[in-house]
Amino acid sequence: MPMPSFDALIIGAGPNGLAAAHRLQSAGRKVLLLEAGVPGGGAAACVPLAEGFAPQPLAHLSLNLDPRVAHGVELARHGLRWAAPDLATTALSPTGGHLRLDGPAGAALQGAVSEADRAAWAALRARLMRFAAVLTPLRQMPPPRLARGAGNPMLKLAMVGLKARMMGKAEFRELLRMFLTNVHDALNDELTDPLLKGALAFDATLGTWLAPRSPNSLLLWLDRLSGGVGGVQGAIGLPAGGMGALASTMVAAVQAKGVSLRSNARVARVLVEGDRAAGVVLDSGEEIRAPLVVSSLSPKATLLGLVGSRHLDAGLITRARHLKARGGAAKLHLALRGLPDFRGADPKTRLVIAPSEEAVERAFNPVKYGQVPEAPVMEIILPSAFEPGHAPAGQHVLSAIVQYAPHAPKDPEVARAVLLEASLRQLEAHAPGLRSLILKADMLMPYDIEARWGLPGGNWHGGELSVEQMLFLRPLPGLAQYATPVEGLWLASVGCHPGGGISGSAGWNAAGAIMGVGK
Amino acid sequence: MSYDALIIGAGHNGLVAACYLARAGLKVCVVEKNNWIGGAAVSRELYPGFTYSNCSYVSSLFRPEIMRDLELSKHGLQILPYEGGAMFTESGGYLGMFRDHDANRREMARHSKRDAEAYDRYARDILRHCRFIRPLLMRRPPDPASFRPRDLAELAWLGKQMFDLSEMAMYDMIRFWTMSIADYLDEYFENPVVKAYQAVGSIIGTALGPMSPGTAYVLLHHAMGDVDGNVGAWGYARGGMGSITKALAASLRAAGGQIRAGVAVEQVLVRNGRAVGVALANGDEIRASRVVSNMDVRRTFLRHVAEKELPGDFVKRVKAFKTRGSSGKLNIALDGLPRFTALPEGAPNVKGDMHFTDSIEKMEAAYDDWKDGRFSREPFQDVMIPTLIDPTMTPPGKHFMSCFVQYAPPKIEGRDWTDADRDAFGRACLDQIERAAPGFKNLVLHVEVRTPRELEAEVGLTEGNIFQGELTFDQLLFNRPVPGYADYRSPVRDLWICGSSTHPGGGVMGAPGRNAAAEILRDMKLPAKDMSDAYAVL
Amino acid sequence: MNALTHYETPLLQTPFHARTSAANKMHSWGPWAGYASVLTYEDLAMEHSSIRNAASVYDLCPMVKYRIEGPEAMAFLNRLTVRNVAKLSVGGVQYTVWCDDAGHLIDDGTLFRMSPDRFRLCCQERHLPWLLDSAYGFDVAIREETEEVAALSLQGPTSASVLAAAGSDVTGLKPFRMADFAFVGGEVTISRTGFTGDLGYELWTVPELALPLWDHLFAAGAQHGLRPIGSDALNIARLEAGFIITGYDFTPAPQCVREDRLRSPVEMGLGWLIDWEKGHFTGRRALLRAKPKWAFVGLEVDGNIGAEGAILYHDQKTEVGMITGACWSPTLKKSIALAQVQAAHAAGGNLWAEIYALRELHYAKMMMRARVVDRPFFQTDRRRATPPARF
Repeated sequence: MPMPSFDALIIGAGPNGLAAAHRLQSAGRKVLLLEAGVPGGGAAACVPLAEGFAPQPLAHLSLNLDPRVAHGVELARHGLRWAAPDLATTALSPTGGHLRLDGPAGAALQGAVSEADRAAWAALRARLMRFAAVLTPLRQMPPPRLARGAGNPMLKLAMVGLKARMMGKAEFRELLRMFLTNVHDALNDELTDPLLKGALAFDATLGTWLAPRSPNSLLLWLDRLSGGVGGVQGAIGLPAGGMGALASTMVAAVQAKGVSLRSNARVARVLVEGDRAAGVVLDSGEEIRAPLVVSSLSPKATLLGLVGSRHLDAGLITRARHLKARGGAAKLHLALRGLPDFRGADPKTRLVIAPSEEAVERAFNPVKYGQVPEAPVMEIILPSAFEPGHAPAGQHVLSAIVQYAPHAPKDPEVARAVLLEASLRQLEAHAPGLRSLILKADMLMPYDIEARWGLPGGNWHGGELSVEQMLFLRPLPGLAQYATPVEGLWLASVGCHPGGGISGSAGWNAAGAIMGVGK
Repeated sequence: MSYDALIIGAGHNGLVAACYLARAGLKVCVVEKNNWIGGAAVSRELYPGFTYSNCSYVSSLFRPEIMRDLELSKHGLQILPYEGGAMFTESGGYLGMFRDHDANRREMARHSKRDAEAYDRYARDILRHCRFIRPLLMRRPPDPASFRPRDLAELAWLGKQMFDLSEMAMYDMIRFWTMSIADYLDEYFENPVVKAYQAVGSIIGTALGPMSPGTAYVLLHHAMGDVDGNVGAWGYARGGMGSITKALAASLRAAGGQIRAGVAVEQVLVRNGRAVGVALANGDEIRASRVVSNMDVRRTFLRHVAEKELPGDFVKRVKAFKTRGSSGKLNIALDGLPRFTALPEGAPNVKGDMHFTDSIEKMEAAYDDWKDGRFSREPFQDVMIPTLIDPTMTPPGKHFMSCFVQYAPPKIEGRDWTDADRDAFGRACLDQIERAAPGFKNLVLHVEVRTPRELEAEVGLTEGNIFQGELTFDQLLFNRPVPGYADYRSPVRDLWICGSSTHPGGGVMGAPGRNAAAEILRDMKLPAKDMSDAYAVL
Repeated sequence: MNALTHYETPLLQTPFHARTSAANKMHSWGPWAGYASVLTYEDLAMEHSSIRNAASVYDLCPMVKYRIEGPEAMAFLNRLTVRNVAKLSVGGVQYTVWCDDAGHLIDDGTLFRMSPDRFRLCCQERHLPWLLDSAYGFDVAIREETEEVAALSLQGPTSASVLAAAGSDVTGLKPFRMADFAFVGGEVTISRTGFTGDLGYELWTVPELALPLWDHLFAAGAQHGLRPIGSDALNIARLEAGFIITGYDFTPAPQCVREDRLRSPVEMGLGWLIDWEKGHFTGRRALLRAKPKWAFVGLEVDGNIGAEGAILYHDQKTEVGMITGACWSPTLKKSIALAQVQAAHAAGGNLWAEIYALRELHYAKMMMRARVVDRPFFQTDRRRATPPARF
C-alpha cells in the first residue's frame, strides 16, 4: 500500500503538537502526527504507579490551558470536564494552623492572618493580577522581533503598551519597577505572615530554576498569574480523570478533525535536502516525506538531535548547547492504603508545604551545587480524594511536585533516595502516619523526567523560563518566531514562547506563524 | 548668612555637585557631620605613619570629565594604574593576571588552552556593553511614564541607541543585562578558576551571589570605568582614596565654596513645601535657597525630613528602597611584605587584586551565609597592597593592605553586630590570608575591621551598603531611587539628592553629583560653567 | 609552560631566535602574536629586493596552527570554511576563509591536508573555542600546535635553487602542494606556498630541528643571494601580491567591537572562494541573504607618496572608504594600495585619496587620484612555473 502523502509532519503528540496539528488541519493541511510513545503525551503523559492505581502524569494540574486552544479544539464538546475548576490552596502548617486561599490566585484568605496582611495581600494580588493581565496578550502571539521593518504586529503591541499605560501613571511606574524585581522583596515589602509568604513564594517560583530572592523572579509569578481555567484568570483546575484525561480529550478532538496519528514512531532525524526540510527519518529507518516539518520536541533536542551540526551554523549550535535547561522540580507519586490526614486540611484542595519564604530559598541553596535539600517544599494533590477512578476503593494516590531537586547530581541514585527520604519526612511531619500508608513510592528526579518525557534537564519548560530566555529570546535569539534557519522546519514546543504548562499556546502560535496569520 | 546651595555630606558626590555649583557662581556650603571629610572616599591615619584607604580603595569609575572640569590634578590628584592580580587556588596554585595581552593569555592557558583563546571574544562583548552604557552615565534618566517633551526625547534617544545595534546584538545585550554572571561565563569559559576570577566584579558591593540573575550587570558596573582610556582597568589614588575628596575640597575652596566639617544636620527645614535650609544637631540653623543631600535616599528622607512634608507613596517607596549591605573591610598595617607562597618569587601579581575563592560555587556559598544573616564562614576577599605602587602611604618597607570582604550582612541573624561578631569576622579574613601567605599574621601591626555597622555609624551609609542602594534593575535608571524621582529632585521643592542612591549609582564615580548639579543649574536657568560634555565614545 | 616566563619574558622567542637575534643588526623587534618578531634585520630595501631578486627567509613560527584530525575532519572543515575541502587532496594546500553565523569574516588561513583524516590550519588569530564549538557533532579532534611546529618561509626567484643546493629536490612540486624531505634524522615538510606572490616555499619541522635547518639553508643559500627578511619587507611584497592580512585589512569578527566594521568574504573580495554547492557551512544562509555594502579593491595612487591610512573620497568630497594597506612598490615603481570602499564605488572612477605626508614637522596634505586596478599588482610567471626555471 503506498504511503499517503502529507502536507505537514508534526513531531510529538503533546499538547503543543496536538494544538498545532489541529490548527493546521483545520486550515486545510493534511497533517500526520508522529509520537514516539502513545499519543496524548507531553507532560500530560502518564507513568504507571502500582497495580490498581491509575498511571500518573508529570503535570498534575491545569494552570494555563490556552483559551484559543480549548475553544478551537472544542475540548468541552469532546468531553473535558473539571473535577475542580478553581482549586483552593491550603498552606499547610506543621501544627495545624493552616491557611486556606480560595478563589483564583488566592482571592479569599482563611486562617490566622493579621488584618494588615489581609489588606496588603488583597492589594498586592490585585496589582499582580493587573500586571499579569497586561502581559497576557503577549502569550497569544509570536514574540516581536527587535528590528525595524520586521513585520511585527505593531497594533497588538501598541495595545499592550496602551493597556499598561492606561493603568495610570503610578501603576505603570510600578510595573516598570517590579517587572524585574524579585519575589522576596515584593512579598516582604507588603506582607509579614511567614506561612502566607511561603505559599506565595512557592507558587511564584514553581517549575523554575530560581528562588524567591533571585532577581527577575517576579516576572515568572506574573507569567503564572496570566494563566487560568475557563477564562478565570489565576484559577487552577483539576480535570475529571486527571491531566491524562485532558490529554486524551485533546487526542480525540484532533483525530476527529482528521489528523492522522502514528504511535511508537520515534523520529530519528529531520531530512534536509537542498537546505529545506523534506521530511523525517524514523528510528526504524523509515522515511516519511512532507514539505513542512513541525517539531514539538524541545528546541534543544530538535536542533542538536534531529537536525544536527551539518545543517546549522556553528554559532547557533553553540547557543543551543548553552540553552539553559535545569530542571529544579521532582515529581513524587505515592500509592496509599488510606487517606492521609494533613492535620485537618481539606484533602480536596491543593496542599502546599512551604512554611516560609526563607524555607523556599533554603530548599534551593543545595541544588545550586548539585545537592539535595534537607527540607524540600512541595505542592500536593490527592486526585483520589476528588473522584473515584484514580485508586482502588478506599485507597489513595498522592501526587506531589517537590522542589528543589538537582538535575545533575554526582550520584543520581543516591540523590533520588535522599530526596525521597527528605520528602517523606516532610510529609510525615505534616500528616503524621502518612508513611505507614505507603504501598508504593515513586520519586521522579529531573533526570528521570528527562529520560521519560524527553525534556532536557528535566525542565518542565523544555528550557528554563527566565527573563533571558523569554519572549524574543525564547528559545534562542533569532528563533523566537517559531521558524528555524532550515526552511520548512518549525518549532512548536514548550521550549518556545510562551513556555510550559499544558497550554498548547506555543503549538497554536506556531501554526499561526506557519499559516502566515497576521502577516 | 544664607547660601544659594547647601550640600549635606562631604563625600565625593556632594563635593562634585558643590564644585560645579560654585563654579556656576552660586554661594555654596558643604556641611559634614564628621570631623573629617571624604565620606567613603577617605584616607585616614589610624595607626601612626600609615595612611589607610578606609572605605573605597581603588578607582576606575571616577569620570575623567570631572577630573578635567574641576582641575583635580592641579589640586593634587593622581590616579595610578596598577598591575597584576591573582586568584589563589585551594590546591596551592594560582591564576595570575597580567597587563600584557599575550602574557595574560599564556597564563590562562596554564589552566585551559581553550579559555585562554576565549578571552578575546569575552573582552569584546564586555567592551560592547561598556560602549552602550557609558553615554548613559552622565544623562538624566527619562521618566517613561511622562509625556513631557524632554522625557520623550530622552526615551527616543535611548531607543535610538538600542536600534543602532544589530538585532542579534540587541538580544545579546538584553540577555547580558538580565543574566547571572555564572551563566554568562559558562558561555565563554570552562575552567572554574578562570570563571571565578572573571566573576569577581559581579559581586563586589552586591547583596547577590554570582548565580543570581542581574550579576552580569554588576560586573559591567565595575568594568565600565577606565584608567587613562584603558576601559575596565582600575587604579589607585596616590595617597589613598581620600586624595580624590581632598582635591575636590581644594577645587571647591578655589571656586569660593565653603566646607564645614563636624557639623551634623538634624533636619532639613521645609517651609510651605520648599526646603529653606537645615537645622543642625547643635540647634543652629543654616539658611539656603536650596538643599542638596548627598546622604543616601533612606537616610535623607526617613531621618532628616519631616514625614508630613512627603507624600505617603514616596515614603513607602523610600522605605522599600533596598540598601542591604553585603560587605566589610579590613585595613591592615603591615611590618613587611607578606609572601604569597603560590606565586613565584618576584612575580608582579602581588601589586594587584588578590583573591582566595577559586570557584563560582564557593563565592555563591559565601552568599548563602549572608542570606541566612551570617557573615561568610569562608569569605570572598579582594585584597590589595597599594603601597607596592604608592610608597607614600606608609614608612619605607612597611605596607598597607586593604581587604574588601564579602559577605557581611547588615544584621547578624536579625540582631545588631557586636564587637565579638566583628572580631570573629576579622579573624576569618585574616586566617584566609594566612593560609595563602604563611607568617602573614606576624607582620600585622594594626587592623581596622569595618562591618556594615561601622560603615553606617561612621559614613552614614544605611545598612552599610557601599552603593547607597543595591544595583538591581528595579533600582536602576528611571527606577533609581524611586520611580518618578530619577531626576535628582524630591517631592520637596528645592530639596535635591545627589548621592549614589541616584542614577547611575555607586562607586567613586562622581556622575550622580555632576548630574544633580546639571539639573539644579538647568532648573535655575543658569549656564553650567566649566561642565564639559561627556567624552564621546568612539 | 613555566609560569615564571610570563613576566620575565613577556614576549616568547621562536625556535629560530638564536639565529634571528644574531642576524637582527638593527635590533628592530616587534610583537607578533606574543612572539618577538624581526621587523627589519639590516636594510629594508635590500631585504625586499632579495624577495624579488634572489631568495629570502622569514621566520613564520608565530603563525597560529591547529591540528584537525579524525574520521570526520573533512566534513567538519567543510562546515567550518567556505571552500570545498573535498577538492583538497592529500598533500595539497588550500587558501581559505571562515565566517560566523552572520557571514562575517573570522579569519583567513591556509589549510594543509596531511592525510585523508589529518589537516593543519595556519592562521593569524586564535580560534580554539570557535573550532571546538564548531566540532560539536563531528568525530574530530582539534589541538593547538603552534609551539610544536617551527616554520620558515623561503621566497624568491632562487628559492628552488637554494633548496636544490640544500639537497631537497622540489622541482616537481606544484603550487599549493607539499612533500616531506628527510633532514638530519628527522623530516622537513616543504610546501609551495607563500605570502609574496613569487616563487617560494614554506618549510615546516619540529622545533628541535629549527637551528640546524636555518644553518643548513643559509649554507646552501650563500651562492643564491639568500638573506633573512623582517616583517617590513614582507609587508611590501604581500601588498605587491595583493594579499590581505587579518587585523590590518579587516577586523576579525570575534574581536570586532564596532558592528559597522564587520565584513563578509564577498565584501573583502573573497567571494570567489565560496562554494555554494558543497552543502551547508556556517554563515552560508546569511551570505546568501546579504547585500554587500563594501568592496575590497586594489588601487594605484598618483604620486610617489605611500597612502597608508588615507581616507578615500568620491569626487574629492564624499567619504567612501579607507586605505588599509599601502606602499611605494619598489618592484612596480608605483604607489599601490589596498582599500575598503563602499560597494557602489567598487569599480572606481573619480576616487581620491587624502594623504598626509609628514615632512620636517609639517604635514603636506594632498588629494591624489586613486584608480581601481586588478590584483595582484605584481604578477610573475615564476609563481606557477613547474618545474621552476633558474630565474
